[in-house]
Amino acid sequence: MGLFDKIKQKVASAVEAVSFTKLKEGLEKTRNAFVNRLKSVLGSGRKIDASLMNDIEEILLTSDIGVDTSVRIMNAVKERAKRDGFEDSMEIYTMIKQEILTILTAVPTPEDDAIFAVKEDNLPHTIMVVGVNGVGKTTTIGKLAHNYRNAGKKVIIGAADTFRAAANEQLEIWAERAGVDIVQQAHGADPAAVAYDTLKAAIARKSDVVIIDTAGRLHNKANLMAELEKISRVMRKLKVDAPNEVFLTLDATTGQNALQQAKEFAKVSKLTGLVLTKLDGTAKGGIIIAITNELKLPVRYIGVGEKIDDLQPFNPVDFVEALFEEKA
Amino acid sequence: MFENLQSKLEFALKKIRGQAKISEENIQEALDEVRRALLEADVNFTVAKNFIDEVTQKALGVEVKGNLQPGQVIIKLIYDELVALMGSNKSDLIFAHGAPTVVMVAGLQGSGKTTFCGKLAANLKKKGKQPLLVACDIYRPAAVAQLKMLAQSLNLPVFAAEGKNPVEIATDALIYARKYARDVIIIDTAGRLTIDEDLMQEVQNIRDQTKPNEVLFVCDAMTGQDAVNTAKAFHERLNLTGVVLTKLDGDTRGGAALSIRKVVGQPIKYVGIGEKLDALEPFYPERIASRILGMGDIVSLVEKVQSQFDEEESAKLEAKLRKNEFNLQDFLDQLRMIKKMGSLRDLLGMLPGMDKAMKNVEVDDKAYGKVEAIILSMTKHERANPKVLNGSRRRRIALGSGTSVMEVNRLLKQFEDMQKMMKTLSKGNSSQQMRNFKMPTGFKR
Repeated sequence: MGLFDKIKQKVASAVEAVSFTKLKEGLEKTRNAFVNRLKSVLGSGRKIDASLMNDIEEILLTSDIGVDTSVRIMNAVKERAKRDGFEDSMEIYTMIKQEILTILTAVPTPEDDAIFAVKEDNLPHTIMVVGVNGVGKTTTIGKLAHNYRNAGKKVIIGAADTFRAAANEQLEIWAERAGVDIVQQAHGADPAAVAYDTLKAAIARKSDVVIIDTAGRLHNKANLMAELEKISRVMRKLKVDAPNEVFLTLDATTGQNALQQAKEFAKVSKLTGLVLTKLDGTAKGGIIIAITNELKLPVRYIGVGEKIDDLQPFNPVDFVEALFEEKA
Repeated sequence: MFENLQSKLEFALKKIRGQAKISEENIQEALDEVRRALLEADVNFTVAKNFIDEVTQKALGVEVKGNLQPGQVIIKLIYDELVALMGSNKSDLIFAHGAPTVVMVAGLQGSGKTTFCGKLAANLKKKGKQPLLVACDIYRPAAVAQLKMLAQSLNLPVFAAEGKNPVEIATDALIYARKYARDVIIIDTAGRLTIDEDLMQEVQNIRDQTKPNEVLFVCDAMTGQDAVNTAKAFHERLNLTGVVLTKLDGDTRGGAALSIRKVVGQPIKYVGIGEKLDALEPFYPERIASRILGMGDIVSLVEKVQSQFDEEESAKLEAKLRKNEFNLQDFLDQLRMIKKMGSLRDLLGMLPGMDKAMKNVEVDDKAYGKVEAIILSMTKHERANPKVLNGSRRRRIALGSGTSVMEVNRLLKQFEDMQKMMKTLSKGNSSQQMRNFKMPTGFKR
């Protein structure tokens, strides 16, 4: 192994260690509210009975894991209790951890995510970011652009949120921070036209990655949802498979409504993954488990802080490890 | 609003309806369903649990008197409990005795603080106040620009100061407000996480320096189990005086509304129901409780109608209806009045039973544009006397309005039906007629 490779490997493992620490920190609230409670209930050597089961269920439900997913986990636990029984209650803890890992790994995330690579034979790689109001789409785009740029890609951002006051200005600041190009039009312009212009500019400038920001829209507003369809349609005039990725951004503090949002957005655009934001602020990162279980959509990135490098590719194994980490 | 919780509770309560007696078993099953429904709607676990316990206790002791069904008794109980949970009365903004009134707005990132500030300013301006918006969010990119744009569209001033910290900006804004006689100051603060000690201290300092009459916590109505904890944390730091629920025009939400009041002990003062600046409403616990239970939100609808319909116009219309002179011109006027009130879907959703019926129905507000175009393509004579509309006139109208003869025919047929219905209504009304009434081309399955 050459010296250069060694250095590269060292740097890579150092970066990995840093991001794992950050993940652990970001999950601290969730860990305290979920795992530590689970541990205190299960680690006290209590008798395995109905009241213990109720307590476990309560912890699952209050972590926004959702009724259906909690029931799935509880059923697995109860079934095994009936069939084989548990030696002691800590076995239930291990089993719940395993169940969660099974749910999360059932929908694999692409390996490209971690290194922000794109297919060289299908450029520009177009990403559209959608979601309801206030989930952090614009911030996510800033962070995504930053990561792609760091990976040596030429990035261009399209400001297709032409509705919200000062959305353009906000994105412009992020573009500047990430050091990437931005295409925008006047407030109130047709978002599809902005997306079209962006893609056109990307093709002309031979950019590698195109990221389209869209206005926040509540998923029960039919007109606004139809607009998303239109944006994709118009982009396809320039590139037949655009957008290559549609990321639904979800706020980790959202409760069960997140499931509804994902279902509705999936109807109008071909979602390829989820971005879960504000994970550091909530004790209820459990929604990630509910969504993966019920929607079979992979979580691609998670936001664990406000800074530009606080967006991480989601790795289910790391996530579960960080969540169940013995010492915080 | 709350469609899913409502339909789920309704489904759960169906099981109690028609039961002869309230026994521990039959109520338990139903209340388990209610509990599950509440949890799925993001009602805080503890709140849901206490809620169910209280209803169970009360239900078991209750005697079913007279003609009442046990199910009805329980629905009443649940309704009462829901109202109690959300605070019994609507609560208004508190104004200072001597101007200016200071309103401080705080909350998590992305909950809709800046938009709410704009809406509140619009609302107060309409009431004759002279609000001043203060831009204390110096962190989020373009947050100040956003507030400025909102203020500009309302023709209101914004106080912003580059290079100063939020506490200085807020205190300077107070001086500015006194100087320029602004009577309400709305302070928009940056979104912050409760774990961010520095920012929490900062917002506390703003409060200490400005002594607000109202400290409002803005909460996204979609928030999950954590809503309560977040609100509690803000309350401990800031002594909240009220809560604002935003994005309530989406679906399935409501959990936060049910639990926050209970846990924080402060009233919900406003709800945000749309992206436009006038989409702000006071929070009425009774109305939403009846809505959850499928009783419809009649009061809201009536008030909305009252505020928009010109009384004189209504009197004229009534006279016309009585004389059976309702023509296409009147129909057009009606249509425009309805349009002024907001989206048709919102209006219909307020009618009892409509929520369920509307679940899979798309109300296309654009269809009204077509109806308008068709009527506007008629001469005054034709509008007053639809009977003269023969084939060639209809063709001309279709061409003029960019529609087809078929669409013109359909509108005229519906108008006839409407006339017939109104005839019977003016003779002596019957809800049976209302049921058969079709909306003019507005529905699309």
